[in-house]
Amino acid sequence: MTLCMPPPDQAVIARRAAIAAALRAIVPDGVIDEPTVLKAYESDGLTAYRQPPMLAVLPETTAQVAAILRYCQAEGVKVVPRGSGTSLSGGALPLADAVLLGMAKFNRVLEVDYDDRFAVVQPGVTNLAVTQAVEAAGFYYAPDPSSQIACSIGGNVAENSGGVHCLKYGLTTNNVLGVELVMMDGEIVRLGSRHLDPAGLDLLGLVVGSEGLLGVVTEVTVRILPKPQTAKALLLGFSTVEGAGACVAGVIAAGIIPAGMEMMDRPAIHAAEAFVRVGYPLDVDALLIVELDGPAAECDHLAAEVEAIATANGAVSCRVSTSEAERLAFWAGRKAAFPAVSRIAPDYYCMDGTIPRRRLPDVLTRISELAVQHELGVANVFHAGDGNLHPLILYDANQPGQLERAEAFGEDILRLCVEVGGVLTGEHGVGVEKRDLMPLMFNETDLAHQQRVKCAFDPDLLLNPGKVFPTLHRCAELGRMHVHGGATRFPDIPRF
Amino acid sequence: MHTPNSVQDLCDLFRAGGTFEIRGGGSKAEIGAPREAQLVSTAGLAGVIDYDPAELVLTVGAGTPLAEIQALVASENQMLAFDPFDHGPLFGRPAGAATIGGVIAAGVSGSQRLALGAARDHLLGFEAVSGRGERFIGGARVVKNVTGYDLPKVMAGSWGRLGVMTQLTLKILPAPRVRATMLVEGLDVAAAVAAMTAALRAPLEVAAAAHLPGIGTGLRLQGFGPSVDARAAQLPGHRLSETEGDAFWQAALPPADDRPLWRVHCQPSAALAIVAALPDLETRLDWGGGLIWLAGEGDVRAVAAMYGGQAMLVRAPEAMRAAIPCEHPQPAGVAALSVRVRRAFDPAGIFETGRF
Repeated sequence: MTLCMPPPDQAVIARRAAIAAALRAIVPDGVIDEPTVLKAYESDGLTAYRQPPMLAVLPETTAQVAAILRYCQAEGVKVVPRGSGTSLSGGALPLADAVLLGMAKFNRVLEVDYDDRFAVVQPGVTNLAVTQAVEAAGFYYAPDPSSQIACSIGGNVAENSGGVHCLKYGLTTNNVLGVELVMMDGEIVRLGSRHLDPAGLDLLGLVVGSEGLLGVVTEVTVRILPKPQTAKALLLGFSTVEGAGACVAGVIAAGIIPAGMEMMDRPAIHAAEAFVRVGYPLDVDALLIVELDGPAAECDHLAAEVEAIATANGAVSCRVSTSEAERLAFWAGRKAAFPAVSRIAPDYYCMDGTIPRRRLPDVLTRISELAVQHELGVANVFHAGDGNLHPLILYDANQPGQLERAEAFGEDILRLCVEVGGVLTGEHGVGVEKRDLMPLMFNETDLAHQQRVKCAFDPDLLLNPGKVFPTLHRCAELGRMHVHGGATRFPDIPRF
Repeated sequence: MHTPNSVQDLCDLFRAGGTFEIRGGGSKAEIGAPREAQLVSTAGLAGVIDYDPAELVLTVGAGTPLAEIQALVASENQMLAFDPFDHGPLFGRPAGAATIGGVIAAGVSGSQRLALGAARDHLLGFEAVSGRGERFIGGARVVKNVTGYDLPKVMAGSWGRLGVMTQLTLKILPAPRVRATMLVEGLDVAAAVAAMTAALRAPLEVAAAAHLPGIGTGLRLQGFGPSVDARAAQLPGHRLSETEGDAFWQAALPPADDRPLWRVHCQPSAALAIVAALPDLETRLDWGGGLIWLAGEGDVRAVAAMYGGQAMLVRAPEAMRAAIPCEHPQPAGVAALSVRVRRAFDPAGIFETGRF
């Protein structure tokens, strides 16, 4: 592990038993201090990094969360919040001197209002469970990260999660109306509302995607949407990545915003087909899945248009789903891409940069050159509609040096994304993983403006420290800091 | 009036100190309490910086007039991804003079907010000068990004109280090929809210839903022809021509006059109770009942609050604006947090003009 985290405070660790007792007074049955049990929390979805927490606490009520945070603030104890632990960027990686605050017991759907089209849920409810709670009435919750059977809404809020349908329906931030938030000093605030566009600064917009650094969400009000009448998918094979890229551009230029538009490269196609056997063509270099939803008349009309665009751009195979079972089969391979890849390599490391779509062919070429240079395999899946690239770097953690090479390869990919005008992360978050790359996108002045927001919520920097920001500045220091000219570590990289 | 031409001009101006109000097209100048402040025009920060229709992304200077941007994207059969709201006509000014910086800074959206999302949903990135007199950026120039705090969200709707945005990157969408409005006549407010709710509960992607007493209840659809036709067949009412439909949505905006004008945001299910409690005011319902325009005299804020809504005082005589804050007041904890966030960007309070 090459990661550098804030040095553990030995004085806090020495008080571990007293802290456990104090937490037990707040949550009698919800404090974990046995090392063997704590080990279950040592990592999240980014398993390359592991660190058992000092203690874990599993509250059940907002009042308990407030009491825990108030106590930890008073005692100077760090807190790491955790939802379902599916973060791919290490957002829930524990610290040796921190309390892990697990929100899994907040698992109830509190209220559903179909006339006003919202649902109020506790943060530990899984993403898919929100849809399941409303689907009988013909509704669904639009953001659908691929971990949706496990990931929690609270975690989605923390990470501003996306999914294959966010091209048309937006990320979490576009689908959340309000939250109840407990701040580090124990104060409980409600941000947002049950109606659209409440007054004042959009603090809810700041909290969504803040990766657990600003507060602990204890209730979420989400927008729910009527489920489209029909959905149809096209499975399009291309002999070149350029052809698939031109097809994507052609669809957008025709004024079509599909519900989803996904691309897989040859290694990803082969891995997925071997895993789920749904009939993906194996003689193509790129596969596109284009999903259209709406009334049947719309799906039929647009399917014909997309098919014509694909043909004009050299598609060598084209299937249009004729049943719901076939549509789901087209998706089965894409949705299983990550586990499929884990069958062809002992470990994989999933990257998450976004690039301008037109740069896709040369970015994929550069990635394959980097794969040769780092002597590792790579398979690419890509949210083609919005330019969000997920290279899966294949490695074997048991082979000395391979993890380090995978990390270096990943860093090179993210540098490449920023270099072509993109960003470090499209939906997985910065966490610990991309923290030290933040200066590629933001200079010190930019980062100081972000960190002062942190100070407005958590002036002692006790909540999820060591995540997102490459340098921890004390708030008093940030208040004084003037970085004239915005000195930066990477002056050669074009910036926004 | 200061008219800076560069980020450096703004940095120098703000570092020298003072109290500043940012001025785009002046379409919202009469919103908020009367105040004394040095005006800082964004007119010197206008122009298109980068427009890439294929990437659905547009970067412009903050002082660029809305009308210019709308003409530009229309020339590529595209549109802004949100429905921009132009306050000018509410105050008797011509439409289109509002600047994009002002529209985003006010964070106010028009009738199609229901389907398109709000202004804040589609500000992808910005360059700004904060109250510290420092240039900083937030967000990026791609449509999907979660790198760092989502500062574009808090800049949108901040009314120039955190900093001056100098460049904005906005999401663009293809313009719909066809737009249609179904008009249902003869409904009272209760029946209209019920009709709009039924339409919005159905999977018909209704883009806008408004009730204009005396005119009717309009349901807007847009998209490709076959889709619009199929959805229109599942809605009540008769289909207006595109010209008639445009006239309906124009009428959904309150006219310029001297009466106080309130903008209430509420749950659609609360709309009927709010309107019924204020029988003497002229009423327009938009957003399926989630937005109510109320013109005239009445205790609108108290009524809105009673039913879980919020009321903004958009237009009023000077004495009334001096006495009543234009923004709906927030709970103490949220208000205190908002002050801390403002101080993070503007420690000396150079943007605290007393307007809000």
